[in-house]
Parts: sequence; structure tokens; C-alpha cells
Amino acid sequence: MNIFVLMKRTFDTEEKISISGGKINEDGAEFIINPYDEYAIEEAIQVRDAQGGEVTVITVGSEEAEKQLRTALAMGADKAVLINTEDDLEYSDQFTTAKILAEYLKDKDADLIIGGNVAIDGGSGQVGPRVAELLNIPYVTTITNLEINGSTVTVVRDVEGDSEVIETSLPLLVTAQQGLNEPRYPSLPGIMKAKKKPLDELELDDLDLEEDDVEAKTKTIEIYLPAQKQAGKVLEGELADQVKELVSLLHNEAKVV
Amino acid sequence: MARKVLVLGEVRDGQLRNVSYEAVGAAKTIAEGGEVVGVLLGASVSSLAVELIQNGADRVVVVENDKLAQYTSDGYAQGVLAVIESEQPEGLVIGHTSLGKDLSPRIAGKLSSGLISDVTSIEVEGGNIVFTRPIYSGKAFEKKIVTDGLIFATVRPNNIAPLEKDESRTGDVSTLSVDIKDLRTIIKEVVRKATEGVDLSEAKVVVAGGRGVKSEDGFEPLKELAQVLGGAVGASRGACDAEYCDYSLQIGQTGKVVTPDLYIACGISGAIQHLAGMSNSKVIVAINKDPEANIFNVADYGIVGDLFEVVPMLTEEFKKLKVNA
Ligand SMILES: Cc1cc2nc3c(=O)[nH]c(=O)nc-3n(C[C@H](O)[C@H](O)[C@H](O)COP(=O)(O)OP(=O)(O)OC[C@H]3O[C@@H](n4cnc5c(N)ncnc54)[C@H](O)[C@@H]3O)c2cc1C
Repeated sequence: MNIFVLMKRTFDTEEKISISGGKINEDGAEFIINPYDEYAIEEAIQVRDAQGGEVTVITVGSEEAEKQLRTALAMGADKAVLINTEDDLEYSDQFTTAKILAEYLKDKDADLIIGGNVAIDGGSGQVGPRVAELLNIPYVTTITNLEINGSTVTVVRDVEGDSEVIETSLPLLVTAQQGLNEPRYPSLPGIMKAKKKPLDELELDDLDLEEDDVEAKTKTIEIYLPAQKQAGKVLEGELADQVKELVSLLHNEAKVV
Repeated sequence: MARKVLVLGEVRDGQLRNVSYEAVGAAKTIAEGGEVVGVLLGASVSSLAVELIQNGADRVVVVENDKLAQYTSDGYAQGVLAVIESEQPEGLVIGHTSLGKDLSPRIAGKLSSGLISDVTSIEVEGGNIVFTRPIYSGKAFEKKIVTDGLIFATVRPNNIAPLEKDESRTGDVSTLSVDIKDLRTIIKEVVRKATEGVDLSEAKVVVAGGRGVKSEDGFEPLKELAQVLGGAVGASRGACDAEYCDYSLQIGQTGKVVTPDLYIACGISGAIQHLAGMSNSKVIVAINKDPEANIFNVADYGIVGDLFEVVPMLTEEFKKLKVNA
């Protein structure tokens, strides 16, 4: 089974966020594998271990993503590919990323492609389905279970808390939801082995893409932090009085009940 | 510039979801005086067209086909793309729901268009349609514009105002026949877990419980409070993981995103992944026995105390308020 994982290096949103020069300040920030992509990597490894084959983790980004790719290799992926757009693209959006990934994947005979259902930084959740559409293969998003039997695939999809049991076939793209599995931590031997595993680096040229082919269709014109919320009011006094005060505040001041 | 903007009406249990009316409101802004055209897909949905029109659509195109009885991305993509083909719109708005999240990128991929997802407000600024959306788990916001092609957005439920309903409004309802074929994903079974009653993602009041609720029974007082307020019950992942309630109640990055008028967090510590699902609520109340809990940093009002004491007292107090009103 030829398995590909779409991975994104993301800012750890548990970090404090500040803005400088109209951009999110990344100095000294912690970067991680997007948590939903960790589920994707774990699932890919489990499928390979059960069915045989190979797991290739791909990312579109900058050289800095090599660290997260090595982590994926240390978890157990076989190969990694970095499509480095740092020198070619100043601005990109989901159209750009999906187009690049699809261009890379189109002649790879992928049986299964797994991504996270959303990245915690941009939060758009578009890349998976866009890639499937460009490759003209079926997809199922936000999955919590995957079973492969020959070329028949049964997946469970989370739909706002309800579950759909879906039957489909390979080749297939799925996006991972929390609950799919428990991603493993890289082991020490895994980390040692990862250093010797192949990590290829490509640029747009290598995919016969021009900048114009992948030019973003949307543009961010401003990034800002939410207005500092006024410090909330923590009520004091006898509990019974606090409760009365709260109800009165919600009714008279906030006017929400 | 006047535009023609399509809005997909999302039908659930035979009714249009509120977010579809909000999407009509969004489409009206994008249209800048142009035409808002509702799109309805399903096995038998034409009776809902009048609802879309009364809520602001100028006319409606209905695609009825038995293969659209249930949502599949293949079926719906064919339906929507056929309407786009025949209408040639300049804009498209869909709710940022499970369905919208699954379908929209597919359509954008097919049309090689941009897509601005999870929009919470829309303004016309200097000739541009400017979309605002939360990023970094709601810790920041970005403003985006479409620079090329279709103006396509999905809108987060409960954020964009619907238009005033006008029962005297009329408009043309036409049908488009589409041959739906090659469904590559087949839904074998739907396991409904979401509770009956008020839809969590569209509720005006949400009473949410966390690990502090301590048991399945611990949710009872929360349910009573929600009922008095006509709201829905939600939960943190902590509570779901501990099996106090079903995952269908989970609010947060992985669960539902809610923006009610009033969010009451009971025994929830306020982890960033939880905040991602509720921090844009209009008014947040925190009830937690730990005065240092992070939830107090986003709360408008807080009570430091035992939720098992506070919640029933609140319920009683709200009951009194209702009686006096
Ligand atoms: C990839 C990823 C995705 C995630 N997605 C989500 C998500 O979508 N939603 C989500 O919620 N979490 C999510 N989490 C988990 C999140 O990080 C927290 O672990 C979780 O929100 C904690 O739940 P909690 O606040 O109920 O529990 P805790 O953090 O254990 O907090 C319990 C709180 O209850 C208080 N308490 C206890 N007893 C009482 C009492 N009697 N009265 C009043 N207060 C009391 C305590 O003081 C404490 O503050 C995610 C994590 C990851 C890694």
C-alpha cells in the first residue's frame, strides 16, 4: 500500500500570541506538527504495519519544516518530502498549497492519502478535499475510524457529534479527527533511524510549476488581536447574593436573558 | 458593484438550518444590491424555497433527486456545480457546518477558486468585500479579500445577522434537473447521538460542563438550568473523555464551535482547545472552584464556588425572573 500523509508545521496555539509588523510574531515561538496531522501520521503507520507498503510524509513550506518531518520519520514514516516554496512564493493560500500537493501526487499512484481535518493556525480545513478533487479521487473528512478490506474501505465520519458509517474504495483521501487513534511518541531508536531516512527537498521548478500557476486567489489584508476583554467581574460576598447579582447583571447589564 | 450571489440552503430534519438564513444575510452584503439566489438540494425540498425567499433570497433554484436525499460530497458537488454552471454567479455562500466544511473546498478545488472559510463578519470597505475570520484557535483574527474569481465564503453559525423575515415577500422558484451519478462514498448507517432539542451550534444559551461535573448524573443540574433558559447543554473534552456525556456535546477545536449570547462554563478549566470553541460567545459566565482557573480570564462574570451549589441556585433565580417577567 502506497500511503501519503499531508503534514503542516504549525505554531503551537497554546503559546501566547503577539503581532509585530502586521504579522503573528514567530520569534522564539514553539512549532509543532499540527495535532490533527499527528493522528494522520499515526494512522498511516498503523495501516502500513497491517497491510505492508510505505508511508511518505509531505509538507509544503520552508526549510524549517525539516524538523517536523524528521519527527514524523522518527514516529515511523519511511520517507519525507519537503516542497520548499520559500524562495518562490511570497504569499500563498489553500488554493496554492493544494495545487502544489496535487501536482506532486498526481503520478505517485497513491492508494491512501491522509491529512488532518484542520490546521490549528489557519483553521480553514480546505487542503484535504481540494487535493482529492484535483486528483479526482473520493474523500471522507473528519474520520474517527478506518478499516481497509482489499479495495473496500469502511470509515466512520464524525458529523457534528453524530457518526456516519461510510463505504468507499481505494484510492482514497481521508482527514483525521480527534479520536482516530493515539499518536505515538517517537522512540529513541526511532529518532536515531530517522536521521538516515530519506528526506527529499523539491521546489516548484521540480514540479514544472510556475509561480503564476499557484498564485493565491485570496489575500490577508490585516491580522489583529481581539480587543482586550475588560477584566471579567468575579463576584464576591455570600454565595446566595452572588447568584442574585449574577442573574441581575445578565438581565439588566448584559441583557442576554 | 452589483453581484449575483448563490446561497446553499442546508436542510436538516426537513427544515432549513438557521445558519442558512445567516448565509442569506452574508450573501446580501456581498451582492451589493445584486441578486441573492437560494439553492436547495435534496429528494423533496421545494416546499422550503418559500422560507428562503421570506428570509431574503430573491429567488430559488431547486435540484431534486433521490440521490440527494442524504448528503454526500459527490452528489452535492454535482448539484451545486450544475447550478453554478447555469447561473454563473459572482459569489457563493455556504454555512460553515459539517456539510459546508466537507463540500466547499471540493467546489473551490473544482472551480480553481479561492475560498474564505469560517467567516464571522463581512463588510464592504473601499470597493472590496472584506471577510473577518478567527485564526490561531481564536486568539487572533484576520481580514481577507478574494483577489481572483468567485467570491466564495463559508460562514460560522450564529455570527452574521439574518435579514428580517417578511412573509409577504415572493420570488421565483425554478427547478434544475441534474443527473447525479457515480457516488463514490455510500452512507451505510447514521448513528445519531446528538441530543434532541436545541441545536448546540445554533443555541442562544449554552450551559457547558467539564470534568468538574464529576459524573453523568452531575450533568442533571446543568440540564435543568439549560431548560429554564431555553438553551442547550455542552461539554468540554475532559467531560467527554471521562464518559460523563457523549462526544456529540463536545465544544472546542475538535468539537463544535458555538457563539451563543450566553455561555455558562461549569467546572471547566479553560484550556485553549476549549476556548477555541466558545471564546467568541457574547457573554461568558464561569463557575469554578479554582479562582486561578484560566476560564476566568475569558469570562465576563465569574463565581468562585462549587458548581453543585451554584448551578441549582442559579436555576431557581432564573425561574423567579421568568415568573416576574
Ligand atoms: C488536539 C487536541 C484537541 C483538543 N480539543 C478539545 C476540544 O475540542 N474541546 C475541549 O474542551 N478540549 C479539547 N482538548 C483538551 C483540552 O486540552 C483539555 O484537556 C480539556 O478541555 C480539559 O477539560 P476540563 O476543563 O473539563 O477538565 P480540567 O482541565 O480537568 O478542569 C476541570 C475544572 O473543574 C473545576 N472543578 C472541579 N470540581 C468542581 C466543582 N465541584 N465546582 C466547580 N468547579 C470544579 C476544576 O477547578 C478545574 O478547573 C484538546 C486537546 C488536544 C491535544
